[in-house]
Amino acid sequence: MSHKRLLGFSLAALLFLALFLAPSYLSAFKLSLLGRFLALGILGIGVSLIWGYTGILSLGQGLFFALGGYAVAMHMVLMQVGDKLPGFMARSFKPRITELPWWWQPFESPVFATLMVFLLPALAAAIIALLVFWRRISGVYFALITQALVLAFTTLIVSQQSYTNGFNGLTNFSSIYGFDINSEGGRRGLYLVTVAVLLFVWLLAQWLTRTHFGKVLVAIRDGENRTRFLGYNTTPYKVAIFTLAGVLAGISGAFFTMHAGIISPKDVGIAPSIEMVVWVAIGGRESITGAVLGMVLGNLVADSVSSQFPESWPLLLGFLFVMVGMILPKGLVGLLERFWLHKPEQTKSSSLGSLKSEVSDA
Amino acid sequence: MDAVFIINQAFNGLSLASILLLAALGLALSFGLMRVINMAHGEMLMLGGVVAYLVQQNVPKSVSLWLALPIAFIATALLGIILEATIIRWLYGRPLDTLLATWGISLILQQAVILWQPFGVSFVTPGWLNGQISIQAGTLAGVTLPYVRIFVIILSVLVMLGLAFLLRYTRMGLYVRAVNQSRDMASALGVNTRFVDMAVFALGTGLAGLAGAALATISPITGVIGSSYIINAFLVVILGGVGSIWGALLAAVSLGFFTSFFESFYSVSYAKVIILLLVIALLQWRPKGFIVTRSRALEESA
Repeated sequence: MSHKRLLGFSLAALLFLALFLAPSYLSAFKLSLLGRFLALGILGIGVSLIWGYTGILSLGQGLFFALGGYAVAMHMVLMQVGDKLPGFMARSFKPRITELPWWWQPFESPVFATLMVFLLPALAAAIIALLVFWRRISGVYFALITQALVLAFTTLIVSQQSYTNGFNGLTNFSSIYGFDINSEGGRRGLYLVTVAVLLFVWLLAQWLTRTHFGKVLVAIRDGENRTRFLGYNTTPYKVAIFTLAGVLAGISGAFFTMHAGIISPKDVGIAPSIEMVVWVAIGGRESITGAVLGMVLGNLVADSVSSQFPESWPLLLGFLFVMVGMILPKGLVGLLERFWLHKPEQTKSSSLGSLKSEVSDA
Repeated sequence: MDAVFIINQAFNGLSLASILLLAALGLALSFGLMRVINMAHGEMLMLGGVVAYLVQQNVPKSVSLWLALPIAFIATALLGIILEATIIRWLYGRPLDTLLATWGISLILQQAVILWQPFGVSFVTPGWLNGQISIQAGTLAGVTLPYVRIFVIILSVLVMLGLAFLLRYTRMGLYVRAVNQSRDMASALGVNTRFVDMAVFALGTGLAGLAGAALATISPITGVIGSSYIINAFLVVILGGVGSIWGALLAAVSLGFFTSFFESFYSVSYAKVIILLLVIALLQWRPKGFIVTRSRALEESA
């Protein structure tokens, strides 16, 4: 197996090299688009860790993505307007806002805003996971609860027009830490930082899944009760990995916002949250690299097809969802493994799964 | 807070609860039996409304409502059979993949209806349903109870009773309860579990279609109307307890009342957040919902 792993790593290294060199062969527009989707790749790694490795499906990653994105956007909006109120607040009515709300004020500090990109999603994810997992609520229930959370959160943002600019989201900003991200050099710099962070997170995930902690995660996926019987309290493991995935989603949201120049409820609602998960599934959720590839390539394809055929795109997307669920549960990576590396479909997890159904009559 | 306000809000809550209940009963049954979450369930509701509209276009107005309800039920039940046979049955035991696949189906159905009728369709409510009971004088002056909403409440009560009868007193109901308690044992005793699965799934989608036809008398049917009910319907199933119709009833009524009262005190969006926090808090107390189907199984496959 080790020569195959070597092959995998050298392919990944080549890919990252190509990404680092992209500014020299891509136009500024394409670079920004690619940067945006690479930022989503960071979120994809989180989804792979919780879903592919631990078996927790979250349909609410958009929530953590939004927390990171809005934290950065709030800071950048404040930097842009200086001492004045942000435009949408100045124009606001019901309630009419005359001075900056207290919870906006600390975001003037870049250090605070950066901290919040990590802390807000971490806190939110940890609290949700703790509340739900310690009562052993899991599976479909968890997926539906996270989906309801995203719905509640986006409704809240849309309704609080005066504080959040509602449906239009936060936009009109250009600088972070004193760098102008709309300038040629700024864009390039932002892109390179995004790739570097993605590389770091990718390495982190590769390492994490090979540790003892990572093995316990897979054990939880394949048989949570068996893992308990072996003496592991599974709740802290699930809370920890879900929190990490939340933080990754937050970082992803922050970079996405800087690349896109806007963050709004339509980037983070129910539909985008599910789409994020589906791109990971198409790439291959049980592989970190597959998750990133699925997210980046999927979004690139989606971007070009949906702008050319806006009416039939949802039909095609729906068809893709069905196909992935039915015939490609391990995604493109699974397909590759089966045909190229001649790895049998029957993996450890599914053979355990059949054992499980012998033990329980559920 | 006077009596009139309370009665009006309670009535609104009951009206919301009756639609939620119709939408959630099918979900609760098929989830309880097969551990299948059908994300396209909301679109069955939407299609029920569309069928009601189509029926009305083609028959005399006086009978349209009475024809629309059963035809909507049958049409969506047939669609349920087709869905079950072509897609859902291949996904048993993989609840999370089912979730994504059925979400795909819901996307397709939504977009198809949006392309066909971008602004949605409306069902013209028959004249005899257009009035309302309104109390003009006395201590309860100001109470208004529209006939359509009373109609929907009565319909959902009848459906609930019918379903309870079906499950309690018929052979089919016996099979359903048997499979619900122990699939392998029921199968060993000769129950055709494949048939039971398909029948229950079709019954569920049919009920959603019926709910959609009922909803059409209250509001216009747009391509995305399913998505505004489906999440609350899921909350009803989670809160009520999997596979229990009485749990679903209890959950739908409490969710309906809470929503109606919170929305009158706070904005709609705050109400949504509060309701969700309440649901999560209630799950701390009863993680498996109000009414738990007892089972010796160690692991629920969901």
